[in-house]
Amino acid sequence: MPVYSARVLVSLRPSVLDPAGEATRAAAGRLGVEGVAKLRIGKAVELEIEAPDLETARERLSLLSDRLLANPVIENWTLELAAGGQGQDPSSPVGEG
Amino acid sequence: MAIGVVVFPGSNCDRDVRWATEGCLGVPTRFLWHEERDLSGLDAVVIPGGFSYGDYLRCGAIARFAPILQEVAAFAERGGRVLGICNGFQVLTELGLLPGALTRNEKLHFLCEDTSLQVSPGHCQWLQGYGDGETIHLPIAHGEGRYQVDPGQLQELEDSGRVVLRYQANPNGSLGAVAGLTNRAGTVLGLMPHPERACDPATGGLDGRRLLASLLG
Repeated sequence: MPVYSARVLVSLRPSVLDPAGEATRAAAGRLGVEGVAKLRIGKAVELEIEAPDLETARERLSLLSDRLLANPVIENWTLELAAGGQGQDPSSPVGEG
Repeated sequence: MAIGVVVFPGSNCDRDVRWATEGCLGVPTRFLWHEERDLSGLDAVVIPGGFSYGDYLRCGAIARFAPILQEVAAFAERGGRVLGICNGFQVLTELGLLPGALTRNEKLHFLCEDTSLQVSPGHCQWLQGYGDGETIHLPIAHGEGRYQVDPGQLQELEDSGRVVLRYQANPNGSLGAVAGLTNRAGTVLGLMPHPERACDPATGGLDGRRLLASLLG
């Protein structure tokens, strides 16, 4: 069964307040890094999945992202997907990606 | 002799430390609010356990920028004695006064239990009251206590006698079973267990008392 590499990026919806991001933005100033106008914290989930083909892999990962990795009430997610496991970078997808 | 105890919004062992140092040992102790900068008259500073702000990003990652910690870092540079307990240890690693990082416990559980530790005091000024290889019992209470550092650096720490406290049963999966570390000078100590909770027979054991009493020596 082919292996696919994926990266799911989970971010807060723009309307949701991010106090942790705001505290981190304030700390950037204290480090001496000026000009950080916006800072919001999300998650990156890296995974490998076995599936018969790319489309099936995409379907399964969409279900996973929608129901487990992200809460659609407060979060958006995007999926990067590529053929091949073990160090394959999903952000430079092969074929359809 | 006087001790300062740093207080962040979220610190919850600050009173316990003061009870141990002032209540049990009779050492004048004052609280240092995170926005303060005045360490005058202090012989040692304790960064206590609990939380620091919301521990956003990583435990201690934001706290290291607190005004008081800039002074504590300078105090440590001048040879002042600094003790970081639990969240305080995490803060010391983020601040760069001690190497490595404390990460989520291997088995995920928050651990609240007594642990057996082996002490190797070496040059650590905080541990001179203990024998080399002595076993002591102190409580732990943490979710993120798994010590991580790159293997080469761990070897260096071992070789220079800076791993001064080691778990006997390694409850959190720490690399090298590290429970406590000192700096090159032996003036800074960071540890995950809580010595301040073992200074009064009424609250379980006295094994932490000699650590804080070392201040009096």
